[in-house]
Amino acid sequence: MNKVIYMDNNATTRVDPEVLEAMLPYFSDNYGNPSSMHTFGGMIGRSINEARAKIAGLIGAQPDELVFTSCGTESDSTAILSALQAFPEKRHVVTTRVEHPAVKNLCENIDTLTGHKHKATLLPVGNDGAIDLALYEESLTDETAIVSVMWANNETGVIFPIAEMAAIAKERGILFHTDAVQAVGKMPINLAELPIDFLSISGHKLHAPKGVGVLYVRKGTPFVPFMIGGHQEKGRRGGTENTASIVGLGKACELAAERMDDENSRVKELRDRLENRLLEAIPNSLLNGHKTQRLPNTTNISFEYVEGEAILLHLDRYNICASSGSACTSGSLEPSHVLRAMGVPFTAAHGSIRFSLSVFNTEKEVDFVLEKMPPLIASLRAMSPFWDEKK
Amino acid sequence: MWDYTEKVKEHFIHPRNVGEIDNANGVGEVGSLACGDALKLYLKVDENKRIVDASFKTFGCASAIASSSALTEMVKGLTLAEAEKISNEDIADFLGGLPKEKMHCSVLGREALEAAIANYRGIPLPMALGNIVCECFGVTDLEIKRAVQESNLRLVEEVTNFTKAGGGCGKCHERILELILEVRKDIRVEEKKEVGPKRLTNIQKIKMIEDVLEREIRPALRKDGGDIELVDVDGDFVMVSLRGACVSCAASQTTLKEYVEKKLRELVLESLVVEEVKG
Repeated sequence: MNKVIYMDNNATTRVDPEVLEAMLPYFSDNYGNPSSMHTFGGMIGRSINEARAKIAGLIGAQPDELVFTSCGTESDSTAILSALQAFPEKRHVVTTRVEHPAVKNLCENIDTLTGHKHKATLLPVGNDGAIDLALYEESLTDETAIVSVMWANNETGVIFPIAEMAAIAKERGILFHTDAVQAVGKMPINLAELPIDFLSISGHKLHAPKGVGVLYVRKGTPFVPFMIGGHQEKGRRGGTENTASIVGLGKACELAAERMDDENSRVKELRDRLENRLLEAIPNSLLNGHKTQRLPNTTNISFEYVEGEAILLHLDRYNICASSGSACTSGSLEPSHVLRAMGVPFTAAHGSIRFSLSVFNTEKEVDFVLEKMPPLIASLRAMSPFWDEKK
Repeated sequence: MWDYTEKVKEHFIHPRNVGEIDNANGVGEVGSLACGDALKLYLKVDENKRIVDASFKTFGCASAIASSSALTEMVKGLTLAEAEKISNEDIADFLGGLPKEKMHCSVLGREALEAAIANYRGIPLPMALGNIVCECFGVTDLEIKRAVQESNLRLVEEVTNFTKAGGGCGKCHERILELILEVRKDIRVEEKKEVGPKRLTNIQKIKMIEDVLEREIRPALRKDGGDIELVDVDGDFVMVSLRGACVSCAASQTTLKEYVEKKLRELVLESLVVEEVKG
């Protein structure tokens, strides 16, 4: 197999070689249990705390405000269910229609999980994927236990005004959670200056391995653990630490801090080159999502009158990895809930392709995609009965 | 990623007979942009009612394109009477099988073929006469009943895989279930005529079924806060009603088929079929 051209970094990322190198000793020589009383185990505990400090540094948190989890989904569940248990008399949750399934499906099933009737407000978004702050403000009531809004959207890269939204919740004494798995490492975040109570991180979205996540819990925020067991993480999350992956995540956050400028200059330039030239070269192609309020690495483009899965499988023949919001790629029969919430017409939603870049992508790769896409779309359109009618 | 056969991939990458036929005398168009797949089939039929040429235009995923390509290859050279016998299963078989979630692509092919033949004959499409059941995907009761009958479907989920009906808002799930039961009732009558005398009398059978439910199945369901009740036994059809947590459980249909039916077949009679009745 030829070299893979990987432009699906919002799905998962390559483990950075430096991250892997940092992790390896924890699979072999450094196998101690950080909870042990001996020096051999205690040494691992120190490594974990070093990682904790590096992660805290990337997001402007204090190290002891971080709780290690197994993934972004666990972090999301922990935050939302903790708030509901901390305020059992409050039975209202505010979120958006474009959340990741980790939050969306949880909010849709709160009644079953808690055994109590809850109300969930799913805020709509505009055609550009942006949120209406006035509508958000109106949705908050005395009953609201928690607001959970993603920082950046995984499908479109659209960034929500989290600072303002958190401040509005804070004024009313409502807890605020943000699923920041797509944002951390791609944009500067300083929690010291923001009234955010909970923030979720996922390791594998920023060049650390799968199977490790973080939940940031602001000091003083009421907290009820999700996984109860040993005294790990000061009793906030039971279970022996995933030491190698935690060390890897620490290293990945250190690298992300160093590469933040590169991400927002070089990666953004590559993304813009890809996006602008595709939109130019291919007629009836439309950008999904706000042009500027967006992550530097993500572009989501609809190619009208063709179907996304067919595009992906053709790209796959060139070892180009991307993803689609089409119905056929998901196993469901309807296209992406994010694109539908944005009011993207079916003609365009079925043919949407997301390219998500990383610091590992090169201009040569972008140009290869630019070379392959136009004829590929043209060949599928030549086959499409709707394209014909359009002409 | 879908597990497509080599043949599906082959027909997707190198589709046969793409485009229009200028002097086509049978054209069938099914599906829509909103549904995510659409197929326009062109047939050239000669004076002996033989299909001498076929081509297609398709908007859709890899399996929709492959099914269309396969269909054109299959019908070329057939008489209309022969072509009419092609079922969606035949199209899927020609491709070495399709993932179950993609069976609707083969149904799309069969429907386009019917539409093209009807167009050639100048008659309206019989399926279009039914009443719409699934508004999201515009599927009629006649189409659903036909799929249930032809492909021996038992679950709403299967109907969705084959026809797309019920794949959107989900409001029509109850109606689909009614249609399944309606069709299966007819099948049951026919099946009954065919089978000879059973080993067990009805009383024996009911007693054994109740026994297995009590001993084997209830304790397991109760662990998850659910329960099951025997409503009726009609021949080999065991009608049950789910209670408690099972009612709202998304996996209840799987439980019914994979667990309850399997156990009953194992412990009572191989030919038993479990069906859920709501109430």
